Amino acid sequence: MADMMQFDLVSPERNLLSAKASLVSIPGAEGDLAVGPGHEPMITTLRPGIVKVDTDKGTEQFVVTGGFVEIGAGVSVLAEKAVPYADMDQATYEALVKEAEAMYHDVKANWVNEPGPVDDAAKLLQDMVAVGTHIGLDPMQPNF
Amino acid sequence: MPSLKDLKNRIASVKSTRKITKAMQMVAAAKLRRAQDAAEQARPYAERFNAVLGALSASVGSSATAPKLLAGTGADDVHLLIVMTAERGLCGGFNSSIVKKARVAIETLKSQGKTVKILTVGKKGREQLKRDHGALFIGHVDLGDVKRLGYADAQKIARDVLIRFDGGEFDVATIFYSAFVNVVSQVPQSQQIIPAAFDAPETEEAASGPLYDYEPDEERILADLLPRGVATQIFSALLENAASEQGARMSAMDNATRNAGEMIDKLTIEYNRSRQAVITNELIEIISGAEAL
Repeated sequence: MADMMQFDLVSPERNLLSAKASLVSIPGAEGDLAVGPGHEPMITTLRPGIVKVDTDKGTEQFVVTGGFVEIGAGVSVLAEKAVPYADMDQATYEALVKEAEAMYHDVKANWVNEPGPVDDAAKLLQDMVAVGTHIGLDPMQPNF
Repeated sequence: MPSLKDLKNRIASVKSTRKITKAMQMVAAAKLRRAQDAAEQARPYAERFNAVLGALSASVGSSATAPKLLAGTGADDVHLLIVMTAERGLCGGFNSSIVKKARVAIETLKSQGKTVKILTVGKKGREQLKRDHGALFIGHVDLGDVKRLGYADAQKIARDVLIRFDGGEFDVATIFYSAFVNVVSQVPQSQQIIPAAFDAPETEEAASGPLYDYEPDEERILADLLPRGVATQIFSALLENAASEQGARMSAMDNATRNAGEMIDKLTIEYNRSRQAVITNELIEIISGAEAL
């Protein structure tokens, strides 16, 4: 393959992938974007979705729930939580949605002054549902 | 002078103590390896995160609309101290040294006329601080049932802290934990997390670094990242603390095992001596009895 760039996917708990990649698709907060080598330096936040990486050893996919991306000489995805696509099943997904839901209720009950965190949590929950539909899992439409 | 039987019992009991401390030392060594591993795995994330956050806050920090988490509330009156200790004892001076550092900070702040609030993480620190500063406690996080520290645990603490900050309960938050240097040395640390304090990026490096585009704009990203930054810092502190605790326990138990060994040696010598004395006594009695005939 022609041009390659360094790609790293790290979560707070571990380093998930570190490889040479030719193309990376990222679910950015303001829309999906695809990044190739030589992309202009950029920092953007993530929404829940799927990160797709074309590495020299094949394509890998990860489900991420948020975080941010730093595009410089290479691409670093710093995900709050990331699960390899193959490991994503209904049970894992339900656990993630439950967590998002619990956080939404917790934040809603406790946050008094700023609406920001509450809206964020609600959006996170909606995005999680969208991800579920996308990868063909029962989205368990939460009622709130 | 203890009797032979007493000595025998004491030797037996010290021997079983040595077995226990030896076992604890080995368990701590295994746990230490795991804790160090976890800390190692978490480092890339924290490093990159802080680098990005540092660059961002340098460019936004001075503006008037900078988020409160970065710029502070403008006051410096109420301090929240988050004291992180272990859930268990028998780890040498680990808990005490963190508590000692926190105590000094409490006294200093009090003498400056500030209000101090304490949030404890881990049972041991709470017990030690309770007597003098029990009235200052505003919360406690129990990690007793946590088998493996996860980012979620740090997030929970961070959320609790952020909600309190949002509610205007404090102006400045500082965490107290112990940094892991090596097995025999753990250094108690304090680190201010709200308002966020970053090491100022060296100008040269900042100048040569790439100029980033931000999407959405810098301030929105910063507002999104700062709360995560709090969680990340708490998570790193928790991991450092876990490694330090096991390191401290390991060296404490190593010492205990060695002391027990020395004690056994001493007691054995004493036991042999008194046994010899008894034999000599008996011989003298027999000989003098025979002579008397």
